[in-house]
Amino acid sequence: MIFLPGFKILACHHRGHGSHHHPHHGGGGGVVEKQAERREIDVGRRVLDANDQMAEANRRLFADQKVFVLNVMSSPGSGKTTTLVETIGRLQTLGIQCAVVVGDICTRNDADRLAATGVPAVQINTDQFGGDCHLTAQGILKALDDIDLDRVDLLIVENVGNLVCPAEFDIGENARVVVLSVTEGEDKPLKYPLMFRQCDVALLNKTDLLPYLDFDATTAVANIHKVHSDIPVWPLSAKTGDGFEPWIEWIRTMVQH
Amino acid sequence: MHEMGIALEVIKIAIASIPLDMKGARVAQVNLKVGKLSAVVPDSLRFCFDVAGKDTALAGAELIIEEIPVRIRCRDCQTEWRVETPAFRCRECNSGSVEIVSGRELDIRSIEIEENGI
Repeated sequence: MIFLPGFKILACHHRGHGSHHHPHHGGGGGVVEKQAERREIDVGRRVLDANDQMAEANRRLFADQKVFVLNVMSSPGSGKTTTLVETIGRLQTLGIQCAVVVGDICTRNDADRLAATGVPAVQINTDQFGGDCHLTAQGILKALDDIDLDRVDLLIVENVGNLVCPAEFDIGENARVVVLSVTEGEDKPLKYPLMFRQCDVALLNKTDLLPYLDFDATTAVANIHKVHSDIPVWPLSAKTGDGFEPWIEWIRTMVQH
Repeated sequence: MHEMGIALEVIKIAIASIPLDMKGARVAQVNLKVGKLSAVVPDSLRFCFDVAGKDTALAGAELIIEEIPVRIRCRDCQTEWRVETPAFRCRECNSGSVEIVSGRELDIRSIEIEENGI
């Protein structure tokens, strides 16, 4: 603890444009001065400490249950759900038991689409908590009430569509995946560097649309690598199923470890 | 976009940091470190802090945000530099094996409590 030397402040609370209180001398419409002391107390804590601790607890739980957890993130409309429906179908033929937790502000449309593959799919609607733009470690823990982890090898978390906030919130995952689609700008990785820096894998989706767009895939991949030099980038089309092999092979390897 | 959630956490931690022997004291100032690479907009956070702090021990408190620049170190040649654009590749040897030294902070450094000259 540090004791700051006493200094004069205004007895009435005065909030000016500056960031500090200043001594005020006379002429101030009956302002009374008095001595006050400020005591500075060291805190030294991460603001997201509570979430980080819960994420670590989730991670231990997943390790105990031998469940591999993927956190899939992207902007809205990049095709996360379609990509995951195709992914889950292929993993099922390999005998990998999947479950999904999907976050949206409203509706359970995505969970319904994912549940149609036959795997457990839990929807989290963040509007109950003020329309949060991301999932939290606590939200994931709560969603696990509805999933029997004994029967799961791979838990896929489809985060709320947003390239900013989910990058900041650890949920206890083992790997992070970002989906970028060719209908977005090539410079998205430079606009949202934290997301691309934090992820372990990038999927470049909707490649079936490339003939109709001016999108320069080489530039997009180069931009991803500017932010994160050794991240694998796999172009694929969730609509046609093209290009899924390296992605599926990567998941298979990760789940077996 | 999630500044309200961050502000609520700041307030929760600040209140929990008031020493037991100062129960009921008013927190006058909260000193925060925010890295330039954290997904937080300082102006928005200040606004949320003011709104969410009403009716708490932090009512009217000032939130002082120290913005921390993004610094990167190359693991291969040990060069360390400050980045202004999101290019995470060594400017000396072009290696992509770099680590973020600072810029990810979102920490409460300290709180300041008024002791009203009793």
